[in-house]
Amino acid sequence: MATDVTYGAPSGAAADRPPEAAPPAWKNGRNLGLGRLYLRRFLRNRLAVAGVVIFVLLVLFSAFGGLFTPYTHSDADFAALTQPPSAAHWFGTNQGGNDVYASAVHGLQRSLVIAVSVSVLTIVVAAVIGSGAAYFGGRVERATLAVIHFLLVVPSFLILALVSHRLAGDWRVLIVVLTVFGWMSTARVIWSVSTSLRERDYVTAAEFMGVGALRIILRHLIPNLGSLLIVNLTLGVVATVLSETALSFLGFGVQTPDVSLGTMLADGASTVTSAPWLFAFPAGLVVLLTVSMTFIGDGLRDALDPTSVTGAAGGRR
Amino acid sequence: MTRATTRPRTSLPTGTPAPVLSVRDLRISFPSESGPVEAVRGVSFDLLPGRTLGVVGESGSGKSATAMGIMGLLPPSAGLRGQVLLGGRDLAGLGDKALSDVRGKSIGMVFQDPLSALTPIFSVGRLLADTLRIHQDLTKRAAWEQAVELLDLVGIPDPRNRAGSFPHEFSGGMRQRVVIALAIANKPSVLVADEPTTALDVTVQAQILDVLRLAQKETGAGLVLITHDLGVVAGHADDIAVMYAGRFVERAGVDELFRRPVMPYTARLLAAVPTVDSGVHRPLAPIGGEPPALVDLPAGCPFASRCAVALDACRAAEPELRGITGHGDVACLRADEIADGSLDPAGTVTGDAQEPHSGRAATGDVVLRVEDLVKTFPVTKGAVLKRRVGTLHAVNRVSFELRAGETLGLVGESGSGKTTTLLEILRLKQPEGGRIEIAGTDVGAVGSAARIRELRRDVQIVMQDPLDALDPRLPVFQLLAEPLQAIGRDRESIRSRIRELLALVGLDEAVSDRFPAALSGGQRQRVGIARALATEPRLLVLDEPLSALDVSVQAGVINLLARLKRELALAYLVVAHDLAVVRYISDRIAVMYLGHIVETGDTETLFSDPKHPYTRALLSAIPVPDPQRERARERVVLEGEQPSATRVPAGCVFVDRCPLHRLADEEVRRRCRTERPAPVDVAGQPGHQYACHAV
Repeated sequence: MATDVTYGAPSGAAADRPPEAAPPAWKNGRNLGLGRLYLRRFLRNRLAVAGVVIFVLLVLFSAFGGLFTPYTHSDADFAALTQPPSAAHWFGTNQGGNDVYASAVHGLQRSLVIAVSVSVLTIVVAAVIGSGAAYFGGRVERATLAVIHFLLVVPSFLILALVSHRLAGDWRVLIVVLTVFGWMSTARVIWSVSTSLRERDYVTAAEFMGVGALRIILRHLIPNLGSLLIVNLTLGVVATVLSETALSFLGFGVQTPDVSLGTMLADGASTVTSAPWLFAFPAGLVVLLTVSMTFIGDGLRDALDPTSVTGAAGGRR
Repeated sequence: MTRATTRPRTSLPTGTPAPVLSVRDLRISFPSESGPVEAVRGVSFDLLPGRTLGVVGESGSGKSATAMGIMGLLPPSAGLRGQVLLGGRDLAGLGDKALSDVRGKSIGMVFQDPLSALTPIFSVGRLLADTLRIHQDLTKRAAWEQAVELLDLVGIPDPRNRAGSFPHEFSGGMRQRVVIALAIANKPSVLVADEPTTALDVTVQAQILDVLRLAQKETGAGLVLITHDLGVVAGHADDIAVMYAGRFVERAGVDELFRRPVMPYTARLLAAVPTVDSGVHRPLAPIGGEPPALVDLPAGCPFASRCAVALDACRAAEPELRGITGHGDVACLRADEIADGSLDPAGTVTGDAQEPHSGRAATGDVVLRVEDLVKTFPVTKGAVLKRRVGTLHAVNRVSFELRAGETLGLVGESGSGKTTTLLEILRLKQPEGGRIEIAGTDVGAVGSAARIRELRRDVQIVMQDPLDALDPRLPVFQLLAEPLQAIGRDRESIRSRIRELLALVGLDEAVSDRFPAALSGGQRQRVGIARALATEPRLLVLDEPLSALDVSVQAGVINLLARLKRELALAYLVVAHDLAVVRYISDRIAVMYLGHIVETGDTETLFSDPKHPYTRALLSAIPVPDPQRERARERVVLEGEQPSATRVPAGCVFVDRCPLHRLADEEVRRRCRTERPAPVDVAGQPGHQYACHAV
C-alpha cells in the first residue's frame, strides 16, 4: 500500500552528495520550517487539494446538513412514501416515508465517525505493536509476528460479521470490532519499516545513553514513522468506510433504527430500477468520501516523501 | 615561480594532441523548494589523452554533479547548459538513447560504491561480456574471452574461474577492480572516476589507485579523478582543479598547486589537513564559516565571507578564472600578490588553532581497562532451521588500558574488530571472554541495574555520522535533554546544563530550537559531542568521529576535541581509519588486525619507528598531500585484503599477507605458521609492543 514511501533523510554515509539531496528546507541560513515545506508541496498537487475541499464539504454537510431540513432520519412522513426528490424532500423519501436527505446526513455522520475513529485506533495499535516488535526483536518479535500472520489468514470479514451481529449492532461496538480485526496488515508494514529504523545510529545512541525501551519506541521510532502513519491513516479511512458499509449492507453492521451509508445502500439496492434515488445519493456520498480520502492520501505521500518527483520538480509531472 | 613546468610522470607526446574531452561553460541546476540550486556554475576544461585531471572539492561543491553532467546521468529534473565536447561531438544536447552509444564506449565511469555499481544477479564475466557486446560486434565466446583478459588486467587472481562469480562473492577492493574493468572494457578515450577509493580501506586504496593508473596507461584515456582527498590527487593527477561553490577557483599543475596554493581557499584547505609524515605538529587551522548555499548566490566571490584577505572589491563582483604567470589559473583578485609571495593567503587569523597535542602527559587514573576481551559471532546457514557452520572471531584476546586525559587510537582496516571492541565496552555487560573494567569497576561483576546506570554516565559515545546519530524529528534542545532525562535530572537543571554544553562545544544558543537537518555538518557533530558530554562522562568513545565531515570543518572539530580533553580531563577511545587524523589526536595507538592487537605504542614512536610489518604497510599506504614526497617515498603495498575472521590462521594472523614472512628463513616461517606471536617490548621505548616473529 504505502511501503514505497521513504522515511527520513537519505543516509549521509556518502562523502559527497549531489546537492539536490541537501536538506531542501535550507535557504540563506533560514529554516523554512518543515510544516510549511510539506504544506507547500501538498498544495502543489491539485487532486490532493480537490480531495481536501471535497472532504471538508462532506464533513460540513454531515455536521450542519441537518439544519436545512425539518425532518430527522427517524421521522416518518406517511403522506409521502417512496417519493422522488421534491421541494419538500430534497433527496426523496423511502418506503417507510423517511426523508433520504436527513438519513444521508445522519448516515454520513455515522460512517465518518466510525471510519475516522477506527483508522486512528488502528494506527495507534499497529504503531505500538509493530514498532515494539521490531525494537525488542528476538522472541517478542517472533511471537508478535506469529499472531499477526495468524490473524491475517483468518477470514476476518466473516468473523467480523458474526461478532458484530451478536453484539446487536451498536456503532460503538462496531468501532471496537473493526479495530480488533483491522490492525494487522498495517502493523506488519510498520514492523518491517521499524526494523530498519531500529538499526539507525540515533536509536543505538539512545540505548547507550540509558534511555528506556518504551521511551525509545515512543520518542524515536514512532515519530520517525510519521509520514507512513499519516498516509496509512487517510487510506485507512477509505478501507474502514468500505468495510463498514459492506457490513451494514449485509445487515451485520449498524442496525435500524440507526442509519449509516451502508444500511441506506442496502435499502436502496433492491429498488435501484424503480426508485433509483434511494441508492444513488448514499452511493454518491460513499464514492465522494473514498475518492477524496484517496486523493488526500496520495498527496500526503508525495508531499512527505523527499524523493518524490511530483513534489520536488514543482509539479512538472 | 619562473621555473619551467616539469611533468615528471607523463611525458607529453610531441606537438599538442587534440583534447579528448572539452567542457565549455558547463552549468547545472537542480530544482528545490527555495528556488533552483546552481550546483555547477560555468566549468570549462580540456582533457588531453593520457593525462589526469584531479577535481578536488568539499561536499556540495558540485564536483559529482560535474561528473554526472559529463556522463549525461543527471536526473531529468536537472537543467544542463553549456557544451561537453567529446571528439568534436557535443554531448550536452543529446538524448538518452544517443548518449547510451557514447557511455561505456567513449566514456568509462568508475563509481564510488562498487557494490551498488554492479548488478547483483549477473556474474562479473557476464557483466563484462554484455558491456563488450553492446558496443562491439563480438560472439558470446569472444566476449567472454575478452572479459577474462580484462579481469586479468585489473589484477583479479584466477580470472578464468572468477569470471563466473557474482559481485557479492568478491571483496570490496576486488569489486572496485571489476568496476574499473567495466569502465575500460571498450577502450574509452575518457575515464571519469568519482571518489573511486572513498569506500575502501587505505591499503586497498593504494592498490586500486595503481590499477586505475594501469588501466589509464593501457587505454591511453584521459582521466577525470574526482575526490575530496588531497592526498589521492597529489600522487595521481597531472593537473588539479579546485572546486568551490560550483566553480573552478584554481587550476594548476600538481606541483605548482601544492608548492604554493594561490587561491586562499586552496591554501586554507591544505593547512586544514592533518598529514602523517610531518614530524612536528603544526596546529590545524580550520576555515571558519560554511560554504554558501547555492541558491540566490549573492554577488561577489563566494569565498569572500570566509576569506582572511578579502577586500571590498571581492564582495562586489565574482572574479573570473584568469591565468597567473607560472601558476595556471586562479579566480582571485589578489592572486598576483599571493603568487609572488607578498601576501599570505591565510591572513593573520589564528582562529582557535591551538597546539592539539599534549604529548604524553597523561598520568591520571585508569579509566578503562580491557583484559583478554573475546567476542565471537556464530555463522549460520539456512533460512528456517539455522545451522551453525562456523565462528567469526571478531575480537580475540584484546587488552589495553586507558588513563584520564589520554587518547588511545584503535586503527586497522574494516573487519579488524575495532568497532566490535567499542560496542562490547559500551554494552556494559559481562563480555564473552575476558574482563572490562570502567573506573575501577568490573562491568561483569555489577549486578544491580542502578549501578549499571551509574556506569552509563561515565561512558558515552560520539558516532560517525552525526546526521544519522541525531534523531531528525527532535530539535537540538530535546536531543541534548535526552541523556539528562535518562539520569533523572529535573527540568531546571537540564535547561542550565544545556546552556553550558552549547557554550562548551562552541555553539550559539540559538541553535537549540533547530532541527538537525537545518544544521551544517560541523554543527551537527558538535551537537553529537555535546550530547555525549551531557552526563559528565569520564570516558568518551569516538567511532570515526571525523570521517563524515569535510576537511575544512574537520580541523575545527579536532581542535575542539583536544580542548575538551584538556579542560575536562577526559579519556578518549578513538576508532578511525584515517591515520593522519589518528596521529593528530592520539597519545597512544593500537593497531588491530583480524581481531588482534598487533602493535601498540606512543603515537610518535609508532609512526617514526613502526615494527610490525602490518603497521609499516598501513602507514605507507596513506597518500600524502605533497606530490614530490608522494612520488619519492618508499611504499610497501600489501597484496590482497584482510581475510574473513571465520578462519583465523593458527599461527600469526597476518601470515598470508606478510611481506616479511615471504623473505624469512625456514625456521621463522614455521613459527609464523604454527605459533601465535606474543607481544614483545621494544627496548628503550616504554609502552611500545609488537607481536611478530620475523622482525
